[in-house]
Amino acid sequence: MRANRWFTPWLLVLPALVWLVGFSLWPSINTVRLSFTNASPLGGVSQWVGLRNFETLLADPQVWEALLNSVVYMAVCLPLLTILPLLIAVLVQQKLPGIAFFRTAYYTPVIASAVVVGLIWTWILDDRGVVNEIVKALGGAGIPFLTDRWLLLVSAISLTVWKGLGYYMIIFLAALGNVGKDLHEAAAIDGAGAVRRFWSVTVPGVRGTMTLVGILVCVSALRVFSELYILTNGTGGPGGQDNSLVMLIQQYARGFTGNLGYASALSLLLFVVTLVPMLALARMNSKADK
Amino acid sequence: MTDTTTTTEPVIGGARGAAAPAPDVTGATGGGRASRPPRGRRRAAWGVMSTRERVIRYALLVVVLFITIGPFLWQLSTSLKGAGEDIYTANPSFIPAEPTFENYLKVAAAIPVWRYIGNSLLVAAIDVFGNIVFATLAGFALARLQWRFRKAVLGLFLATLVLPGEATIISQFVTVKDLGLADNLVGVALPGMIAALNVLLMFNAFRQIPEEIDQAAVMDGANAMQRLRYISLPAVQGTIAVIAIFSFIGAWDDFLWPLIVLQSPENLTLTVGLQYLQGTFATDQRMIAAGTMIAFIPIAVIFAVLQRFFFKGVEEGGVKG
Repeated sequence: MRANRWFTPWLLVLPALVWLVGFSLWPSINTVRLSFTNASPLGGVSQWVGLRNFETLLADPQVWEALLNSVVYMAVCLPLLTILPLLIAVLVQQKLPGIAFFRTAYYTPVIASAVVVGLIWTWILDDRGVVNEIVKALGGAGIPFLTDRWLLLVSAISLTVWKGLGYYMIIFLAALGNVGKDLHEAAAIDGAGAVRRFWSVTVPGVRGTMTLVGILVCVSALRVFSELYILTNGTGGPGGQDNSLVMLIQQYARGFTGNLGYASALSLLLFVVTLVPMLALARMNSKADK
Repeated sequence: MTDTTTTTEPVIGGARGAAAPAPDVTGATGGGRASRPPRGRRRAAWGVMSTRERVIRYALLVVVLFITIGPFLWQLSTSLKGAGEDIYTANPSFIPAEPTFENYLKVAAAIPVWRYIGNSLLVAAIDVFGNIVFATLAGFALARLQWRFRKAVLGLFLATLVLPGEATIISQFVTVKDLGLADNLVGVALPGMIAALNVLLMFNAFRQIPEEIDQAAVMDGANAMQRLRYISLPAVQGTIAVIAIFSFIGAWDDFLWPLIVLQSPENLTLTVGLQYLQGTFATDQRMIAAGTMIAFIPIAVIFAVLQRFFFKGVEEGGVKG
């Protein structure tokens, strides 16, 4: 292609590049710098405190609790959100009359704000909400979904899984288009039933996508915020035991007791923690390819 | 803020559109059919669905439908129930016995809900505009123009996708504060105005236009801007629609970032304002339900109207070489 004036491409790309540098690259570097200071959300002079934030962080029981919550979150979400959306994608892949309606409806929880769905589930799981009223009518004792340390985590996980079904369904739906129809036909002629074909044709056909989805699920499980925030009404559960790392970051970002330096150290921890599943799953996938 | 348009990630992964139906993939319908004799299979031609399978499929579709939109309908129902109606009951009715809009009026009396809607709309408008215009320009330059450092700049955009937005949110807040935009709606909108992911989506869409068309236009003396305007733009409308939809949804739904940036009650966006509603009026479930519906219904309507662009855009973005 013939040369343009040399600066044309730069002019076109400039705004996006400024944003990339200003709101992605610089903040990344600045996070590292801030993590060695005691900067306050209210401004004022911040001081260099060396490794003190990291020492505090390692000794902070809340951080360990948050990490434990994240591991549980990830361990439950990973299998559920790689299998269930795939099954739903298989279900809506077939062009039946009205299928567009079902696809769109299944996507609804994705487009709703986490605040909206969080409030909806808060009402459903409330002490006097519909689930508990039914349980009580059946003669059971009320289930403290929103006040018990572990049940709260389970509730938040259910909410995340429920909200994620449609999102990953779309990803799988796109991938399923690549799975050869003839493979299914061949398998069927060889006498493979539907379940057999699912495991030996569909699943291998979308394995790469399952890895991608696995990574996305893990990373978003580690980044969870709104679900826990809304379900615990901002408190982080009884004694703050249901905090996630991002909830801790948010809590340290505000007010007189806030500490942006410490919040930055937590941010670095979050970044490192999210790298683990990414690298692990990417590696698993490349091994399986050999 | 970071959720903007992430849904179209498979496009980047290079997945194909969801067009081709592979008939009879009934993995979800249970194991009963696995051991059917060959006779039954031969009787039905390949790809033609038996009535039984059709019924099972629709039954499953309805079950999943109930799971996914049931909670929304329940909330809608609660929001329409009058003060005299018992909402704490084991055999609740979906249809309100005495339907009323009273709860919606109560929300408007308790929080400045119109103002919050305006605030959310302002943030969303800035983000939609910024992403459409600037991601298109950058994507075009990266995909359709030859220049030094093109690959390096592209790599830079790709690299930032690894960063979880939450990990840089604190220093973004510091940046916005230094710009004097803390507790300001412009400060809320600013970082999301050009998302790297959208630049890459536009790059991906522009790249699929055959090179020859451009070359012919260059021969005819068309400059870069003319090629963008008359050749490339018409071919990427689907992707632009997807970006617009998801920039809007991302900005409208975002919670963490406005929660950190905003302080004054009159500046809040709708999601943050709603959470305030929960904290203050926790006992009035009808009113909270009405509040959530105020935040949810606009986005649901927008998505329902534009969903065919979305699904088309996902397919369009996917069909690439």
